[in-house]
Amino acid sequence: MKFTPWSIDAASAVLAATCDKPGPVLISLQAIQEEFGYVPEGAVELVAKACNVSRADVHGVLTYYHDLRTSLPPATVLRICVAEACQSVGSRKLVSEVEKSFNTRMDESNKDVELKPVYCLGNCALGPSAIVNGELIGRATAQGIKSMTSVQVSS
Amino acid sequence: MTSTIYIPKDSAARSIGADHVAAVIEAESAKRGISISIIRNGSRGAFWLEPLVEVETKEGRVAYGPVTVADVESLFHSAFHLGGDHRLSLGRTDDIPWLSRQDRVTFARVGIVDPHSMADYQDHGGLVGLRRALSMEQEEIVTEVTQSGLRGRGGAGFPAGIKWRTVMATVGEHKYICCNADEGDSGTFADRMLMEGDPFTLLEGMAIAGLAVGATEGVIYVRSEYPAAYDSLNRAIEIAREFGWLGSDVLGSGIEFDIRTRIGGGSYVCGEETAMLESIEGKRGIVRSKPPLPAVHGLFGKPTVINNVLTLATVPAILAEGAQAYMSRGVGRSVGTQVFQLAGNIARGGIVETAFGITLDSLVNDYGAGTLSGRAVRAVQIGGPLGAYLPVGSMNVSMDYESLLAAGGMLGHGGIVVFDESVDMAQQAKFAMEFCAIESCGKCTPCRLGSTRGAETIEKIMLGEDVSGNKKLLLDLCEVMTDGSLCAMGGLTPLPVRSAMLHFGEDFDRRARV
Ligand SMILES: Cc1cc2nc3c(=O)[nH]c(=O)nc-3n(C[C@H](O)[C@H](O)[C@H](O)COP(=O)(O)O)c2cc1C
Ligand code: SF4
Ligand code: FES
Repeated sequence: MKFTPWSIDAASAVLAATCDKPGPVLISLQAIQEEFGYVPEGAVELVAKACNVSRADVHGVLTYYHDLRTSLPPATVLRICVAEACQSVGSRKLVSEVEKSFNTRMDESNKDVELKPVYCLGNCALGPSAIVNGELIGRATAQGIKSMTSVQVSS
Repeated sequence: MTSTIYIPKDSAARSIGADHVAAVIEAESAKRGISISIIRNGSRGAFWLEPLVEVETKEGRVAYGPVTVADVESLFHSAFHLGGDHRLSLGRTDDIPWLSRQDRVTFARVGIVDPHSMADYQDHGGLVGLRRALSMEQEEIVTEVTQSGLRGRGGAGFPAGIKWRTVMATVGEHKYICCNADEGDSGTFADRMLMEGDPFTLLEGMAIAGLAVGATEGVIYVRSEYPAAYDSLNRAIEIAREFGWLGSDVLGSGIEFDIRTRIGGGSYVCGEETAMLESIEGKRGIVRSKPPLPAVHGLFGKPTVINNVLTLATVPAILAEGAQAYMSRGVGRSVGTQVFQLAGNIARGGIVETAFGITLDSLVNDYGAGTLSGRAVRAVQIGGPLGAYLPVGSMNVSMDYESLLAAGGMLGHGGIVVFDESVDMAQQAKFAMEFCAIESCGKCTPCRLGSTRGAETIEKIMLGEDVSGNKKLLLDLCEVMTDGSLCAMGGLTPLPVRSAMLHFGEDFDRRARV
């Protein structure tokens, strides 16, 4: 995915479209993340000013939501569904296989790959489900996920 | 002659290759000089047949599935585009027993229409309900919905008409209709399928709700895990405005009603209605204390109807066909149909919409054909992560609000997750506590801290440490969480835990011997 490099000007342009909407803090942070790939430290003050709230308020929202992130995502972003329906068809095993084949751990991130859990993707009749760089995968296997990514694997 | 071919665009169908199948069919037809027109419909909800390809013929649509890219050449070889016979032929779609035995009301159009064609929508009964509502008094609409017996499909099962009446009766200059499309429960996907496969129905239901209570603005809160549903809704809203049934003058009535969408932040508890309001207001999704009720003091402090996607999407059919037709289905106080979702370790998963009162056994074994793994069913979790685990001994329970409650469970949003005999129920109980710890909004101590302590205690039981002492501690903890939590997150997390201990006690005891 291509993201805009962080700049105050670009951020101000993003915020101009969100800050006058009702309840603007969350959508402003979401818009910032969509543009830059994450919410950079400098964005908090800008959002606070644009939305006319305190920096603490913005920080509170930023830290509350699982989706919002404060660092740029690596090239490969993997999400594996670990909720009940996917557990019943082997998501725990899938997680450990993916951990092995990408040489990473759940909830860890390195410069190449990030693996995180997600709780239900609405694909519960075709589990285990995963998201590989934004694409939803049903009946996911470690091999299938591997073949969809360009990351060098250690095996 | 151009053949019309339907290939679902539903996210689930796409997750197992529907886009690739569509692309290869397109390319192969060009290569062969065969004229086809591909329509990307919603899914029929028979996921074990996806990708399900349908072809329009004189006898109606005929189906092929599950189709893979590798099958496409042979499909053309069999002239499937003219309805030709093939190894994957399923006959007429309407004759597939799994589908024909259902009673689809809320899902009547899903998988059948082009989701963004207004012509299709109106050819299949769209806007009839809204037109009728426009000819009625507010009071009459609310009465019709009340009489239909429609109850909230988001989990609590509160009668929709009663909620609407409160909002109608509350004086306020600005009122809102908020649609809860957060669908966070594991094992549920009906909201998503409807928003992707028949979005106009939801918009129409919201417009009717707006007329009924005197609201001019609707907001749909869609979880971020559903980007395709979000896009589908936004496109449908634009089309509805173009066709003049959303906006400042709904179907020329002079009445205003418009809808906008909001996307969630990946928080389960934001499906709780007051946390959702906080989130729409852009704040942390912390649950509000009630009273005041959202019906009186809701979004931005204004009177607000909050309903689930399925609740609102059922309203157009009720207005079109009348309350009587709807309430003639079902059992006792659970009237109408429920969109059951068969999920997890199940051979034939998907959507089964049918009248309340079908047995769990019929859903899991007749429709679902047992487990995907082929091993015996051991446990079924109904109603999402806050729902009970039921053992095989409970399979004869009637699937309605009251019977499930009596059986120690709850219907919730209608998700049914099947586990085979390889499941470790202590591990499932531990997960329930862990999930609560992760998703707790943090307002109440029993939920915030109790869940973490609960997970630790189950861990000890799993390691065989003072099993009877820790089991007692766990039950005490469950009681504190049940009694001391503001919302169902902390209040119902004990349900899967206790039901696992009650019905599958051996999974908690066996480590003691090791
Ligand atoms: C933790 C928690 C999560 C919930 N998640 C949802 C949800 O995802 N979708 C939903 O419609 N209702 C959800 N609910 C229920 C809502 O609070 C509310 O009852 C419902 O949206 C009302 O609509 P209804 O009457 O049409 O069901 C949740 C409740 C709790 C306590
Ligand atoms: S029970 Fe849990 S989620 Fe619900 S209000 Fe209390 S802390 Fe928040
Ligand atoms: S539980 Fe994994 S997709 Fe729903």
